[in-house]
Amino acid sequence: MKKRKLLEERFFRYLTGAAAWSLMAILLLIIGVIFYRGFNALTPDMILRLPKGGFYYGGEGGVLNAIVGSLYIAGGATLLAILAGFPAALFINVHLIRFTRTRNFIRYLLDALWGIPSIVYGAFGFTLMLLMGMQASLLAGIITVALLIIPIMVRTFDEVLSTIPRGLPEAAFALGSTNTQTAFRVIFRQGMPGFITAVLLSFGRGIGDAASVLFTAGYTDRIPVNLDEPAATLPLAIFFQLGSPIPEVRDRAFASAIILTVIILIISIISRAIGHKFK
Amino acid sequence: MQSTIAISNLQVQAGSQPILTDINLEIPVNRITVLLGPSGCGKTTLLRCMNRLNDLDKGLKVSGRILIDGEDIYADGVYVPGVRQKMGLLSQRPWPLPMSIAHNIAYGLKLKGERDKRQITHKVEEHLRQVGLWDEVRHRLGAPATSLSIGQQQRLCLARGLAVQPSIILADEPTSALDPTSSKIIENLFRQLKQQYTIILVTHILRQAKRLADHVVFMSDGRIIEQGPPDQLFTNPQSPQLRDYLVDGN
Repeated sequence: MKKRKLLEERFFRYLTGAAAWSLMAILLLIIGVIFYRGFNALTPDMILRLPKGGFYYGGEGGVLNAIVGSLYIAGGATLLAILAGFPAALFINVHLIRFTRTRNFIRYLLDALWGIPSIVYGAFGFTLMLLMGMQASLLAGIITVALLIIPIMVRTFDEVLSTIPRGLPEAAFALGSTNTQTAFRVIFRQGMPGFITAVLLSFGRGIGDAASVLFTAGYTDRIPVNLDEPAATLPLAIFFQLGSPIPEVRDRAFASAIILTVIILIISIISRAIGHKFK
Repeated sequence: MQSTIAISNLQVQAGSQPILTDINLEIPVNRITVLLGPSGCGKTTLLRCMNRLNDLDKGLKVSGRILIDGEDIYADGVYVPGVRQKMGLLSQRPWPLPMSIAHNIAYGLKLKGERDKRQITHKVEEHLRQVGLWDEVRHRLGAPATSLSIGQQQRLCLARGLAVQPSIILADEPTSALDPTSSKIIENLFRQLKQQYTIILVTHILRQAKRLADHVVFMSDGRIIEQGPPDQLFTNPQSPQLRDYLVDGN
């Protein structure tokens, strides 16, 4: 009997281990392929220069337009989503604390919104854009990507808030704190590391999405200086370059993918460092 | 200035289920009043009614009156944070706020509108001394409050409550998470603090009630069964419930 238990233990240890390691392997494989295909094409020009004429046919230049455009759009959308999402998550967890049914309904809606494919957001953003008489622009891209990541942001904020033990806000209330004081001075501080993860997750989703910006942000070889100008994005830059018949240009797509990956990595490291300060 | 608490005809219901029935109670000033009774008898709910912390529990219906300094705290238009600042709460386990030891105390001071940094530093020391924590933490006031032991955390929470300058201390089984030594420190603190504060202590530990009580309120099934001075209640219980409790509790 004892032997059987031991065997069982070992079997599940290997099973779970195999799952974990194969996932790691796949991840490394993805990064490996990107670097293998793109590393040689990753020249300083790629990062520092705008595309020259004929760039997509192998001409000179880089994807600075898409790097800056992506940072603008993902950054702006993240900011917008924080502004809308954080109060919403607080409202659900502070003021709706006694209204379980309403709270669950809102959570259900947000989960559904989370699951909607980004192309649908793109189509919605496009409709909205036409309705408001706007053109494909930085602003339209920011709004659409913000709509895409708000559900992610609110639900992740919400999860963080709901793991905060009840005794903590109660202690603050017992001292005579108002709802607002409890929210900002106690709950906000306690949840900080989790909030940073939420922002990071949303930013990553925003900067990596192609479908939502396809119709809304447009594409341009220039760096936008105004909100009403179109903006290029890295996912679309990868998409256009991958579609090229010229092998050199396809390699540049992989170089752009490296850039996108590294940006996400850097943001992740910075936000972890900030989050660590609050622990 | 001392606050008086008078409760009349208090009923609390969760849906159709009564939790507290027909509570009438006057809390003696500058004494330790012990709410005693078996688990689930409603003593914590009664305590949470007094600072309206039960507002946070969903579906509770409160009727009747709780007068604090003659003012009905359940009347319309009452400023609830103001009511809560008349009393400090010590809960079953300590809940230090996610900030440093000093900031935990300063938090309450700032709620009271204190802005002068020198005053705050001074008061932080005063209240830490009041709970005998100063010498233990004076060199690490900037350390996170969660780095203290549970017993120290509970005293910190007491000091934090006192910093809001209440006249009442509500304590909900404040020693239940603590080791015997820390429990004893808290009990001794209560004996000192009752000179200045009205203390209401919820406990199910009979021996603790005997050690501390000036006035005992025995509850069972959401009702007050008996109340009076401890000598009278513990030596000559009138009700079968209290008699059973005294036998089982010893």
